Amino acid sequence: MDPKGDRILLAHGGGGRLTAALIADEIVPRFGDGPLRGLPDAADLPPIGGAIAFTTDAFVVQPPFFPGGDIGSLAVNGTVNDLAVCGARARWLSLALILEEGLTFDVLRRVLDSVTVAAKAAGVTVATGDTKVVPRGQCDGLYLATSGLGERLPGYALSPERIRPGDRVLVSGPVGDHGMAVMAARMQFASAGGPRSDCASVLPLVEAAAPMAGGIRWMRDPTRGGVAAALNECARGRPWGIMLHEAAIPLHSASAALADALGLDPLHSPCEGRIVAVCDPSVAGEVLRSWRSTEVGREAAEIGSIVCGAWDGAVAMETRMGGRRLVDMPLGELLPRIC
Amino acid sequence: MRFTEGFRDPTVARALAAGLRAAAAGDRRLCFMEVCGTHTMAVGRHGLRALLPPNVRLVSGPGCPVCVTPSGYLDAALELGRRGAVLATFGDLLHAPAGDGRTLAGWRGAGGDVHVCYSPLEALALAEAAPSREVVFLAIGFETTIAPTLMLAVRAHRAGIRNVSLLTSFRRVVPAMEAVLATPDVRLDGFLCPPHVSTVIGADAYRPVAERYGRPCVVAGFEPLDVLAGLLELIRLATAGRAEVHNEYARVVTPKGNPRARALIEEWLTPSDAWWRGLGRLPDSGYSLRPDRAEWDAARRLGVEVGPGAEPRGCRCGDVVAGRIDPPECPLFGRRCTPDRPVGPCMVSSEGSCAAWYRYERAGRT
Repeated sequence: MDPKGDRILLAHGGGGRLTAALIADEIVPRFGDGPLRGLPDAADLPPIGGAIAFTTDAFVVQPPFFPGGDIGSLAVNGTVNDLAVCGARARWLSLALILEEGLTFDVLRRVLDSVTVAAKAAGVTVATGDTKVVPRGQCDGLYLATSGLGERLPGYALSPERIRPGDRVLVSGPVGDHGMAVMAARMQFASAGGPRSDCASVLPLVEAAAPMAGGIRWMRDPTRGGVAAALNECARGRPWGIMLHEAAIPLHSASAALADALGLDPLHSPCEGRIVAVCDPSVAGEVLRSWRSTEVGREAAEIGSIVCGAWDGAVAMETRMGGRRLVDMPLGELLPRIC
Repeated sequence: MRFTEGFRDPTVARALAAGLRAAAAGDRRLCFMEVCGTHTMAVGRHGLRALLPPNVRLVSGPGCPVCVTPSGYLDAALELGRRGAVLATFGDLLHAPAGDGRTLAGWRGAGGDVHVCYSPLEALALAEAAPSREVVFLAIGFETTIAPTLMLAVRAHRAGIRNVSLLTSFRRVVPAMEAVLATPDVRLDGFLCPPHVSTVIGADAYRPVAERYGRPCVVAGFEPLDVLAGLLELIRLATAGRAEVHNEYARVVTPKGNPRARALIEEWLTPSDAWWRGLGRLPDSGYSLRPDRAEWDAARRLGVEVGPGAEPRGCRCGDVVAGRIDPPECPLFGRRCTPDRPVGPCMVSSEGSCAAWYRYERAGRT
């Protein structure tokens, strides 16, 4: 029993009186102004110009709150960013909540507030949603799932097929912060000077670089597997390779220190507010300047280039020590439940 | 916040690399062994092999505990599991294959009780939580790991916890180095000695290797500048024909090591013969529980025997740990044997030579 009424009960997902109260008290006040008004089974959306991009993602991060973000902001930005790196501006989101019996309303409210703030910041509207409750022990606190519809920005024609030797590799800021912030929170290392997640919308970067869109060949948000996985997927099977310069890769010292202590490579640690891109050398400087003019891209840097020869199909790095090595895909489940 | 920055200074690295080239000038070929798996990883991660002069070769040695542990040990561990024991282990042993290819991970997937511990002391909580069951800690490792593992028995003894024991496969690093030198087809000019082990046994422990076999030994840390400085020292000593022990890692390692850890080892263990992959049965190269401590010995308590076991077919891990070949010379490397589907132990452990080569050096060789 829950005499104080401060916990989620199975009945909150049962479709009856408590479900209605949960929707009326927690969902409608936050999201009820747009297409959710009147709680239709499906949202009516106005036409959005040209082609549409569509994506979906699920969020199971543990713990749900970590320095720099939480599962709510992650669920919004994860989907907004998947659309952004395809050259699309997110317009509408769906939001599904899977709650564990016994979850406190305090946690739920903090997460929903965070969804609201992140959606506003990213300029996207939660248009439809669903809530389910599962018995205690059958999920871990709460899981979120979001899908997103976005409108294509003009000028972007992204494909690794367009990449040529001599192209430049850019990253929009320090790498690996999200993974290290979650690990620090999980291991209870979190401290004032410790790693902070970079969780944020990268749409401002994509919009700022839109005038140079034609020269940008490929973009990714390096989430699971980090920059190393994103670049390896880009290079695999290609008649060229990627050469990174370790000294040029931006790293926050707190994340680098924790990665060192845990024996992890920061290039394998996820980012949740970064873009890694390959672009024509003639626009690289201009793209960097446009990124650095945004709040999320202030520490953007050129970190490597496309090369031909010994490293074809692979990612390599000139180390700070002056040597060279392969930058491999991360192996196995290095960082489970990181997003 | 970045405590290691000073040991990764590119300017110093360039100077040391130039020093290596100058010290190794001439056409004498030099071959050094880095004994420890963490050194192998540091060499790969920082791309240090590219900084070596062409006549200097660095081979990996028998310092990765998972790599040298024979498959018979895993046969015994799985047998203990089959008889109902709760197994507690360090994570890197989870995927090491037994003689028939079975693993602890597979046993866990089939419902076996296998717990991955960061500290051996976690086994105490397991024993307390399941007082009717035997909890066996899979106690492998060199001198670095031995003392903290013995603390499990010390604490259990103090707390009166009786249902915990150790399946030991402890290793001593110096006899392994001597065995490598005695291997007929391995020609070494010196050793880059393992730093963490040296914090326990002390730099003086390598004197017999230097004196008896006439090879220089340099203790060096794991940071890239440590490795380069250690190699520079080795080249200088080897070219001058000076078989001495030098301690580049004096900020951590003392000549005599850690007296408390050594006392604990002496109090609990006695040197014994041990089976090594690639090196065979080496006299006094391991440690067993002393007869008066036999009650903590899982093998004796539960009546299992730890034999050498069978090597996987075609696997040349034995040649790798003895420094006879580099990992890519094994016909399975990168084909049938990868970190995702390892055949041999050197590909299993994250500090194994094969895993390090696969991760950092399998491409880009021109």
